[in-house]
Amino acid sequence: MSTRLRGRPELYTSYGQEMSLLNTRAKALGVLAILAVAVYLPMGMEDDLLRVLNTGLVFAIGAIGLNLLTGYAGQVSLGHAFFIGVGAYTAAALSGDPDGRYIGFGITNPLIWVPAAGLVAAACGLLIAPLATRLRGLYLAIVTLGLVFIGQYFFIEWRSLSGGAQVGREAATPILFGADLTRAGAFSEEQKLFWFFLVLLVIFAVLARNIARSKIGRAFAAIRDRDIAAGVMGVELSRYKLIAFGLSSFYAGVAGSLMFVASGTLGPEQFGLLLSVQFIAMVLIGGVATISGAIMGAMLIAMLPRIASELPHYLPFLSRSPIDSPNIFEFELIAYGALIVAFLLFEPRGLFGIWLRIRTYWKSFPFSY
Amino acid sequence: MTETSLPDIGPGADHAASSAPVLTFEDVHLSFGQVRAINGVSLEVRADELFAIIGPNGAGKTSIFNVLSGVYRPQRGSVHLHGTDLLGKKPPAIAKLGVARTFQNIELFSNLTVLDNLMLGRHQHIGYGTFAAMAWLGRARAEELRHRRVVEEIVDFLELEQWRKLPVGMLPYGVQKRVELGRALAMDPKLLLLDEPVAGMNLEETEDMARFIIDIREDLHVPMIMVEHDMGLVMDLADRVLVVDFGTPIATGTPDEVQRNPEVIRAYLGGESEEETS
Repeated sequence: MSTRLRGRPELYTSYGQEMSLLNTRAKALGVLAILAVAVYLPMGMEDDLLRVLNTGLVFAIGAIGLNLLTGYAGQVSLGHAFFIGVGAYTAAALSGDPDGRYIGFGITNPLIWVPAAGLVAAACGLLIAPLATRLRGLYLAIVTLGLVFIGQYFFIEWRSLSGGAQVGREAATPILFGADLTRAGAFSEEQKLFWFFLVLLVIFAVLARNIARSKIGRAFAAIRDRDIAAGVMGVELSRYKLIAFGLSSFYAGVAGSLMFVASGTLGPEQFGLLLSVQFIAMVLIGGVATISGAIMGAMLIAMLPRIASELPHYLPFLSRSPIDSPNIFEFELIAYGALIVAFLLFEPRGLFGIWLRIRTYWKSFPFSY
Repeated sequence: MTETSLPDIGPGADHAASSAPVLTFEDVHLSFGQVRAINGVSLEVRADELFAIIGPNGAGKTSIFNVLSGVYRPQRGSVHLHGTDLLGKKPPAIAKLGVARTFQNIELFSNLTVLDNLMLGRHQHIGYGTFAAMAWLGRARAEELRHRRVVEEIVDFLELEQWRKLPVGMLPYGVQKRVELGRALAMDPKLLLLDEPVAGMNLEETEDMARFIIDIREDLHVPMIMVEHDMGLVMDLADRVLVVDFGTPIATGTPDEVQRNPEVIRAYLGGESEEETS
């Protein structure tokens, strides 16, 4: 078919080459290297650090979903926590003990409850979407904010599903090919979960990237940038907003189903506004309308509690106890806001933008222009 | 609407006098509260014709375009494209019927590259769904490649090669106008609406744009309606001209007729019958 010339990474001899995801040798090698490191990482890492990364991997799936809706399609949603909750409870109910205290169907295979959680959340998203497609900007943000409170009310009151406030229920159990991923065997729980989450993240990241470079992704961007012009170009606004909501809530559902697997329990309080804000922070910090940015942002936000807990070593005035002030929990909350503000002011393209700068610097080295 | 001698300067003027009209726009009335934006305008565009609409600022020229592309809905009148009623249809449906347009103040998707903007013009012609897009390999990839080739022809036609992969927000104004024209062409239009294609351009850019408009007529045979303030361009290119003032039609005819019309001279060209612009 078509050939590549050595030493001319940006010379393409066919449109297919240019269109492919890893369209330069550097990108292909880089991604391969990152994947290789990621696969071997669990072997040489302490379990408690691995647990932080596991959270990051799951957050990343959710953040990619929010980025499809908010970053690519420009629909600001504060309701992400609701869809994550729907996914979490769907998975917990499906895999729950049929004879237990709460709703359970005993389907412990994650290959079933992960997509099911995504689909139920997507169905909720599609139900909400017709309301949301009539609104935009701030109004949409307010409506989706309302969704979080309505959702939380349902989660708290539906005791046979959620166990109720302050009680909670057991999270989904992943038993894959007869092996319980949450029980230590030849490999520890954290290691097994890491690999499982990594595979899922890679799959969902590639799917999202495909969406982004397709007709659908372009339609999203058109709606975001100029919705009237998009309509005149033949883009059906409500249809694509519907797709954006469906996809985003599917990703949220998947992330929700996995989010509490490591801790083993979930309570209805966890699906509050803070969770939504965390996801907004991941998208803004990572980089709006980029998949790799969403992953970077998710990793950073997942590491924030850990960073906060290390801080008292260096900043003795920070306390580890929630009773004293200032303590690390207050620091964490302030850090979300401060990071969002700082990135919006100084690097609106997020971590992805910082990466672009580094890359451009080395590409044009030693010339600074 | 008399059918007298066509201006000999207009290239391709010989196609203009063909039979069934592409677009009929009859007695359209549009008002916003007490403001009458369009007050009984009628026009007819024939195959291969370049129809120009001129008039002072606020005369309702862009409103006519907005009615045509479905953004505004008039209170009265009828609009037909090749016999299909356009009134009451939403903008995407009208786009599907083949009405493409450019905007007075550039409405490009400024974060996207030139190529992506042009591919958005192809949007309605690309036929694959969300799941095919997710899988990418197979249908979606084949379609993208096919339409990419079409888009590259437009890139070639409008001489946009060097800007292909740049986000359009970074491009010079004149080039952005050209990309917008390209995006409209990518829709494979049956009727092309050009809203002030050379507004704010320098002489060289204006000449370039005029050349592209001529090429579109000669090579692609797309009928066009052009709203423009540059009288030189209108009088040189247009087959027929409609003059509107405060939403009311004043005259329709060839550029020569319109320039001689005393009503037009009074309302638009200003003052007594001084020397005409050209």
